[in-house]
Amino acid sequence: MWEYAPAPESRDIANLKPNYRMFVDGKFVEGTGEPLKTINPATEEVLAEVSTASQSDVDTAVKAARKAYDRVWSKMPGSERAKYIYRIARQIQERGRELAVLESLDNGKPIKESRDVDVPTAAAHFFYHAGWADKLGYAGYGPAPLPLGVAGQVIPWNFPLLMAAWKIAPALACGNTVVLKPAETTPLTALVLADIIQQCDLPPGVVNIIPGAGDVGASLVEHPDVNKVAFTGSTDVGKIIQRQLAGTNKKLTLELGGKAANIVFDDAPLDQAVEGIVNGIFFNQGHVCCAGSRLLVQESVADEVLEKLQARINTLRVGDPLDKNTDVGAINSREQLTKIKELTESGEAEGAQRWTSSCPLPDKGFFFAPTVFSNVSQAMRIAREEIFGPVLSVLTFRTPEEAVAKANNTPYGLSAGVWTEKGSRILWMAQRMRAGVVWSNTFNRFDPTAPFGGYQESGFGREGGRTGLEAYLDV
Amino acid sequence: MSDRVTVAKTYKLYIGGAFPRSESGRSYPVTDSKGTFLANAAQGSRKDARDAVAAARKAFDKWSGATAYNRGQVLYRVAEVLEGRREQFISEVAASEGVQLKKAQSIVDTAIDRWVWYAGWTDKIAAVLGSANPVAGPYFSFSTPEPTGVVAVLAPQQSSLLGLVSVIAPVIASGNTAVVITSQDRPLPAITLSEVLATSDVPGGVVNIITGRTAEIAPWLASHADVNALDLTGAPESLREDLERSAAGTVKRVLRNKVSEDFAVTPDMSRLRAYLETKTVWHPMGV
Repeated sequence: MWEYAPAPESRDIANLKPNYRMFVDGKFVEGTGEPLKTINPATEEVLAEVSTASQSDVDTAVKAARKAYDRVWSKMPGSERAKYIYRIARQIQERGRELAVLESLDNGKPIKESRDVDVPTAAAHFFYHAGWADKLGYAGYGPAPLPLGVAGQVIPWNFPLLMAAWKIAPALACGNTVVLKPAETTPLTALVLADIIQQCDLPPGVVNIIPGAGDVGASLVEHPDVNKVAFTGSTDVGKIIQRQLAGTNKKLTLELGGKAANIVFDDAPLDQAVEGIVNGIFFNQGHVCCAGSRLLVQESVADEVLEKLQARINTLRVGDPLDKNTDVGAINSREQLTKIKELTESGEAEGAQRWTSSCPLPDKGFFFAPTVFSNVSQAMRIAREEIFGPVLSVLTFRTPEEAVAKANNTPYGLSAGVWTEKGSRILWMAQRMRAGVVWSNTFNRFDPTAPFGGYQESGFGREGGRTGLEAYLDV
Repeated sequence: MSDRVTVAKTYKLYIGGAFPRSESGRSYPVTDSKGTFLANAAQGSRKDARDAVAAARKAFDKWSGATAYNRGQVLYRVAEVLEGRREQFISEVAASEGVQLKKAQSIVDTAIDRWVWYAGWTDKIAAVLGSANPVAGPYFSFSTPEPTGVVAVLAPQQSSLLGLVSVIAPVIASGNTAVVITSQDRPLPAITLSEVLATSDVPGGVVNIITGRTAEIAPWLASHADVNALDLTGAPESLREDLERSAAGTVKRVLRNKVSEDFAVTPDMSRLRAYLETKTVWHPMGV
């Protein structure tokens, strides 16, 4: 095996500024909340200071969104809205490299992922939804479906720019205005998106972006003048929001946690399956709600798969997110790292067999070596709880019926994977998976035309496709 | 007029295809709109509700796995049997709702037609709501609507048959199974409907019907972990917020209907959509 030479992307491309401010009513303004310092999780260095919203700032932002909705955006023909949204898509493409580097700095994800997945998919979401703005009458919700009003949106730290795109693009296309709160640990790309929105000359107040912690999100979703709430994040917080909204007329969509089964049958092309398993759990450090965190492998090939898997995982490079060779970047925060450690310790304590990649880890920053647990039983915490990190739990099955029963034995239901060469079995399995997305002989594919979202406690509502428009229409 | 003494019917619950009394042994008097005694109805309990959820869950795999054509025929069969019981429903609706015979006839006719309308939807939902997704890559991606699971339905309090039919049919048309709490004070048409369901090829457990106090039973359904969705149509106003809050405990889909829903109007697809999940399946393309 030859040695890699590092191929670092230049940090200067991120055009990092010492201070970032919130974006309200078309202007960057100082928030009156306690400013936060966002750090590079790969080095623990402070990247920038970011102003945050206080309760009164939330109110100001919602008022700006309301005014923009009443006076401008709801009255504008869809064909005109479309052109603004197309502009955003194009500017994201134009500033793609800057956004990718900034995302990797703030989030810790490998540059090859931010460059090849996050940023292009974000642009694609705006491009796709722009085209809907003047075609909503064809979407199957009646001849002239109406928007809801002001959308309050709260997004997580795992795909900061992409989640902003998933939320903002359909909201604007359907004629709503937006107040969006990015995650506390990853506010930067959303604020560059605000810069793009300003340069695209969107009417002031149509999009407002207010950084802050969970309390800002709580004030936003509780605000009486918000008509629609969209949340992506943990199931625990999703339940709190659903409770908060009880008795109101706010429309709610939730995209929450998952504990996806990735099912490998003995006739699967095992080398491809191993690539899919690796992608399924180590993509984005496993900080993926739809990660394939439970590997269900047919007993007859379990040893072989595990062996191939460990060999493959040992070649994964963990380290500097800006290095183009890096496969697994930094864990997003110390808090998340602690949670991953705690859950993996529970796996050992409960009797599962732990294997950890021999890859070297950097001296500083938040890193966690890819880890695989075998001899996992369904009752263990590592088989039930979302770890949201690079940790795979391996279980076995004998029959397709057993695989289905084990896969569905969870309150979640976001995604599932099936690996087999037999077409009829793929369709049989896909039909029985209680999950919103089923990847067969592939994993972790996303596209703005393909609806995404969960069953059961993984949330409700869909993002993407014709189906996703329902979340932002009064239907 | 005959001097013959009529055989009075015992109105019971409908759970898992059987007609049990409430396990609680309770019943409550049901009167017509003028207060005249009509019958004793079973007063369902928490345990009855839980039995009904278990029956609905048990029936779900087979009902949701049946072909859409088959579900369509079963639902159409229900309409056929409803038609045969038309006179009985007219007199029960007239007594329950205190309406004139002519009005009751029109209500029953609309209810039967409503059932036919939903029967015709079973094998069209996937074509209308599903899609082939033109993704930017070498993959075939398609999305299909699938039933949410077990749906707890709080039936309308006023509209004892047409409202009831309008809330049950969209639940089961797409393959969900239902636990229904009937109108509290007007439960008799619902029990007769359950006799129709029992004799028209609807598998036991697909629809379970409980009479009793809505406010007593609804909270158990709202918090039940094996209920996937909750229709609040007939929920007492004072209870709605609490029920929604309980439903959040397991992220249930909650249908907060418009209070003034006019069941006489032909509906749109919204009640069908309320209990459907979208599943997106991907597969690579290649040789």
